[in-house]
Amino acid sequence: MIQKLVWENVRFRPIRTLLSVLLIAVPVTLILTLIGLSRGFLDDSKRRSSGVGADVLFRPPGSSLMTFSGAPLPEKLIELLAKEPHVTQATGVVNQPIGGFDTITGIETASFNRMSGGFRFSEGGPLAQPDDILIDEYYAAQRKTRVGRKINVMNRDWNVVGIVEPGKLAHLFVDIHVLQNLTGSTAKLSQVYLKLDDPANTDAVVAALKQKFDSYPVYSMKELASFYSVDQIPLLKNFINVILGIGVVIGFAVVSLSMYMAVLQRTREIGILKSLGATKGFVMGLILAEAFALGLGGTIAGILLSFVTRWAMHVVAPASLPQAIVTTWWPIAGAVAMGAALLGALYPGMMAVRQDPIEALAYE
Amino acid sequence: MNSIIHLHNLRKVYRTGRVDVEALRGVNLEVPKGEFLSIVGPSGSGKSTLFHIVGGLTPPTGGEVFVAGENLGEIGDAGRTRLRRTHVSFVFQKFNLLPNITARDNIRTALFIAGLPLDSWSDEFKNVLELLGIAGRLDHKPSEMSGGEQQRVAIARALATHPEIILADEPTGNLDSKNSIAVLELLRDLNQRLGQTILMITHNPEAAMFGHRIVHMRDGEIVETSRGTPR
Repeated sequence: MIQKLVWENVRFRPIRTLLSVLLIAVPVTLILTLIGLSRGFLDDSKRRSSGVGADVLFRPPGSSLMTFSGAPLPEKLIELLAKEPHVTQATGVVNQPIGGFDTITGIETASFNRMSGGFRFSEGGPLAQPDDILIDEYYAAQRKTRVGRKINVMNRDWNVVGIVEPGKLAHLFVDIHVLQNLTGSTAKLSQVYLKLDDPANTDAVVAALKQKFDSYPVYSMKELASFYSVDQIPLLKNFINVILGIGVVIGFAVVSLSMYMAVLQRTREIGILKSLGATKGFVMGLILAEAFALGLGGTIAGILLSFVTRWAMHVVAPASLPQAIVTTWWPIAGAVAMGAALLGALYPGMMAVRQDPIEALAYE
Repeated sequence: MNSIIHLHNLRKVYRTGRVDVEALRGVNLEVPKGEFLSIVGPSGSGKSTLFHIVGGLTPPTGGEVFVAGENLGEIGDAGRTRLRRTHVSFVFQKFNLLPNITARDNIRTALFIAGLPLDSWSDEFKNVLELLGIAGRLDHKPSEMSGGEQQRVAIARALATHPEIILADEPTGNLDSKNSIAVLELLRDLNQRLGQTILMITHNPEAAMFGHRIVHMRDGEIVETSRGTPR
């Protein structure tokens, strides 16, 4: 019977119900979109790193995986590292941030292709001239460009000579020497990738390199993949917690206002229920059940809207803003919305419980 | 004390701002079980206050109030809620049906609150629905019904929980004369068939005559008692 009363109440005022559900959906969508972007970005980075085909990553001292530290490694390291036991190939790259989450990557085409197996071109061909640039399909869609056109990156016009399948290290590739000259880091590298004779030797090689180059971070690619998680990114977890807090506040305020209005609108009905002998618990239960229904509706709407934001991100910026659908966060976002909804309903519920039945019945 | 309602020196004082308003000034009344009692009086005479106290909607300020064996001066808010749930039902001038749900669900809500089975209605209650003429209208919402139909649903809801006492506050106040007479005859008929005690407040002297007894109130006191003309 409670379900029936709640259902008829939310159905009886569809506009109020719809607005409440949509407003509760906002923090749910906000949380799921943020988490989806974080996870999408990390998954994309992980996928692109593994696309290099390396077994070991060698990085500059004091560098973080999620920050771009310029190109402080000397180029001669490639030769040195290539001579290490079990190392069969070594290739260095230069990364340069170009705004937002995007970077441009300088590669030495021959060695990069050897290690990664080469690019698969959906259009055009390899780098040939200093002003040539390769972009992946996501970036081509984002910039709405194609082979033969020019794109401006780092205040320089580049000729798009090839569009490649995504998943190999970066979204934009230029010749390493051109990028070194442009960034004033001649003969310097951002990081070096190593391929081994047998992946089974990875741990031994990493240990040996760490011993020999004790201030340089050295990672196996498997280890690197594990670093691509929210917990490993400085302040990201704090940022997510802040968003969760905002979600609770929005949900609380929305439901509180909505239920406050509902209690005022239904003063007479609450009086009727009390005249029938409804207890305080019954009246409070009815208000909380309605808040629960609104919270549930808001959660479902928020989840559905996160698919809409993913679609929008994919249309607007498929390379820069890859959004994943993280189903494991649905219950968390839902708990935030439901918790906020129930908290928000408490005060209006208390108002309803305290209403004098005679005054409530006289309410017009 | 064999009365189902026993009032002795009942007083009620309301505080309006800084002013105390004495709504009932020592009312004494005995209502035997099964009586149909009409209470008449002008506005401000205290009849609605009396109705609210007997129905457990507000506590008395002083005196003795026993309703269905419960001492309303002592049982507190929870006790008065229990009284409304188990012993007393209301029929209001404005019908006071829940507007969002059907007539059937209005009745089921009362049963649910009273902790009674929702759908296994007794033959006796089904007969009452037939008598009220609403058996075929139960799946309509109040907004789809006439005033007379709504009042008859309100009466059915009041009877559904088999209360010992029905309190009717101007039950014909919003009805035309034809529907008024129909509702009053129904109340009288139900009182005779089911033996429920009925207290009815009314402004209308003709309506009051349907009761066994008529209590006249003025200025918070009972000033006269007369006999009605029940069939």
